[in-house]
Amino acid sequence: MSDKVAISILNNGATPNGQCWSCGAMRAAHFCDSCGHLQPAEPTNFFSFFDLPRKLNIDTKQLEKIFYGLSRKLHPDVFARIDGPEQDWSLQKTSQLNDAYRTLRDPISRTEYLLKLEGVQMEEQSKTATENARTSGEVKKQAIPPELLEEVFELNMQLEEARRNKKMGESDVQLASDLELTRKSLEDKYAALDNELREYWNEWDAFMDRHHTGEQSPQRTTRDDAERKQIRGKMVSLLNRRSYIRNLVRDVNEVLEI
Amino acid sequence: MPIERVVGIDLGTTNSLVAYMHGDQHPTLAAPNARAAASGVVIIPGEDGSNLVPSLVALTLEGETIVGNAARKHLIETSDRAVYSVKRLMGRGIEDVQAELKLFPFRLAEDLAPGEVLRIKLGDKTFTPPEISAIILRQLKRNAERFFGGPVKQAVITVPAYFNDAQRQATKDAGRIAGLEVLRLVNEPTAAALAYGLDQKQNGTVAVYDFGGGTFDISILKLHDGIFEVIATNGDTHLGGDDIDNLLIAIALDDIRGDLGLDVRANGEATQRIRQAVIDAKIALSANDSAVIEADLPGGHRYQRQITRAQFEKLIRPVVERTLAPCKLAMKDAGITPAEIDEVVLVGGSTRIPLVRQLVRELFKREPHCEINPDEVVALGAAVQANILAGGSKATEDMLLLDVTPLSLGIEALGGVVAKIIHRNSTIPASATEHFTTGVEGQTSVAIHVVQGERELAKDCRSLARFDLKGIPPMPAGLPRIEVRFLIDANGILHVSAREQRSGKEAEIQVQPSYGLTDDQVETMILDSFDNAEIDFAQRQVIEARNEAETMLAALDKGRNSPAWQQLTPDERTNIAHQETSLRQVMGGDDYLTIRNAIDILNKGTMRLAEVMMETAVHSALKGKTMDDADMGEGPTAPHPFAKAEIENSK
Repeated sequence: MSDKVAISILNNGATPNGQCWSCGAMRAAHFCDSCGHLQPAEPTNFFSFFDLPRKLNIDTKQLEKIFYGLSRKLHPDVFARIDGPEQDWSLQKTSQLNDAYRTLRDPISRTEYLLKLEGVQMEEQSKTATENARTSGEVKKQAIPPELLEEVFELNMQLEEARRNKKMGESDVQLASDLELTRKSLEDKYAALDNELREYWNEWDAFMDRHHTGEQSPQRTTRDDAERKQIRGKMVSLLNRRSYIRNLVRDVNEVLEI
Repeated sequence: MPIERVVGIDLGTTNSLVAYMHGDQHPTLAAPNARAAASGVVIIPGEDGSNLVPSLVALTLEGETIVGNAARKHLIETSDRAVYSVKRLMGRGIEDVQAELKLFPFRLAEDLAPGEVLRIKLGDKTFTPPEISAIILRQLKRNAERFFGGPVKQAVITVPAYFNDAQRQATKDAGRIAGLEVLRLVNEPTAAALAYGLDQKQNGTVAVYDFGGGTFDISILKLHDGIFEVIATNGDTHLGGDDIDNLLIAIALDDIRGDLGLDVRANGEATQRIRQAVIDAKIALSANDSAVIEADLPGGHRYQRQITRAQFEKLIRPVVERTLAPCKLAMKDAGITPAEIDEVVLVGGSTRIPLVRQLVRELFKREPHCEINPDEVVALGAAVQANILAGGSKATEDMLLLDVTPLSLGIEALGGVVAKIIHRNSTIPASATEHFTTGVEGQTSVAIHVVQGERELAKDCRSLARFDLKGIPPMPAGLPRIEVRFLIDANGILHVSAREQRSGKEAEIQVQPSYGLTDDQVETMILDSFDNAEIDFAQRQVIEARNEAETMLAALDKGRNSPAWQQLTPDERTNIAHQETSLRQVMGGDDYLTIRNAIDILNKGTMRLAEVMMETAVHSALKGKTMDDADMGEGPTAPHPFAKAEIENSK
């Protein structure tokens, strides 16, 4: 069942122009419309791989269906008995499929991926940067989100005191319960970010609907560019806040030994 | 190449099995398990009729390798010529097997360097772990060929889900050395799920708890209309029934030292007897409330100790509890709670232990499945995957396995930190593309260190390989843009390709696997292995026959110089001369039987000469001479003087 869904979606969008290597007919993204042969793997972005517009609201149940359907058709198991290039393409394509599915099904990695496609550098909050900072012992270059300034200031003092206590072998019940409260409040803030993110998704998707395509188009105006940039900026700031709060929660957990 | 007759192989730490799934046409073949038989999946028995081939290899004094039950006798009698549990050494270096060496009687070559592939001594020969595994695989291949009455060239082989890249590669190499094309490596718990899923295609979430002889795996799968999607896996590649045996062996050795004042640790035979005794007791304790460990010891002593199940459980609980943390991590990674798991499946011989079942029941809060023999279920599943790859049948047409990589793949970044590029539990095939550049003007190569593991520092992870990207066109520092693509294939094995994007040149990659055989080494081993072992054997026979001929001819020369020679008739002397000439003619040839024949003839022809010489010697002895002094020719009386040295003058 599910492969029918996958194929119909695949065939109605814009597919790269080209001819089937096997029969010469014009071909669809993954298989030739005419003879059904697998087509070579090409560099692709994950939205186009699923033939999806570059929008952020994705029905993950539907995405899973497409994923299963394409897996049945593309997986190297299916090409185990076929000699020639299709075996290798199937390996390449299935890896693209798996990478694409993994990235798009998770709301955060999907958002990050879209921003990356849009050319936004997210180095600041990348895992590597975090880990680099942790190993070198340097404070990571990450701006404190303004709305958290006060809380962070307070929290850092508490954390320092708790670490000092720990070193001295003392325990402060009051401090521990304060930290626990802070942790809860941070986690609430963290959870609330999801709703906020969805608002920006809607803004982004509405923008895309108005402009039909995510690709660069000649009709784009400076105003469009400004709007696009503005929505992107909101998402970047949200993701930064998110990772900042996550790191704070981790620090608190470390002190509380959770 | 056409695919036909693909077998499924479970290459286990303790036992190995080979299985086959007939397409649709043989539904009634007898099989130990009714459910599996209904779908035409059978275990192929060995010559002795047993389904399990112990993963035990011995080298006979004649230089032949024997496998399985037939090798048991050697494990006890010539324990320095036998090896078991070699799976523990697959894909590992000398520095990471130190713990194993304390507990297992592996005899490694003394000259191993760090990072070198291990070599195990059997008698005076050495074998790498993939070569030992290949000997087991070859036995399974032979069993299958006898079963089919025709050649078997392709196989699906199972590996522990938590095996890293090097361990997987080593298993694949073993297949190649054994003359098998390994169409797929399948994770053991996933294979078990396939075997269970064959007859009950329902949707839901399944946990497979696989506690074998040497490894522990937990895999959590989502079943969806025939798709077996692994969502998380975890485990410990050095945790199994072996560890339980070692606890009991330690107790027995302590007892023996305390009660009898004997230290038998260095005695291979006694240690093996004790090991067998504790295994018997362990098995008995799964059914009975108490068992006796008994073993014969050197010096006519006999060791005996009763152990109750309660004592046993208290002893092994810490080992069994080590399986719980991986289970919890897998559930955390899968984002599910025990309540969301619909079925739990038990795999591996160690799951017969009641305490194991109890802890599994407590953790997952449900009664686990064990309808399919836990020793056979993995091989049956491997046969199912083999059937899928061979084109499938009615029973498997909707089945598709989507597995994951158990460990994160990363690159060593500045400061020894790991930058993860493919995260654990990513569905495979999986890929990642990274960009590298140069740090110095005109630099033409870049070194990349690839590691596998979850730790933050490269030194704490498993080193997979060091790549040298070479042939980068000289450019100012930071200008080259080298795109490196990492691809983990459906076997869980890493492939790397690279391209310099500014010049468009394909960069040359030199792979130095950290703990693996190079392709050339594998090729050499294929050549050196069994079929050639037979050639070796024949060659050795020729050499031995030639040596014997030399000895014979030397003795004849002595005889000619003795007075006894003159007592032979002229006919006898002519006859001997003919026989001598024929021997000299054939002894340079490659047929040892012809040489032996000629030796036998000359032997008979000189029988009288020998008798006469003996009589002479006896006479001489009576005259006060010793037999050695008796005139039997000029033996060397002093060390042979050095031949005059030839000194080449190169100027």
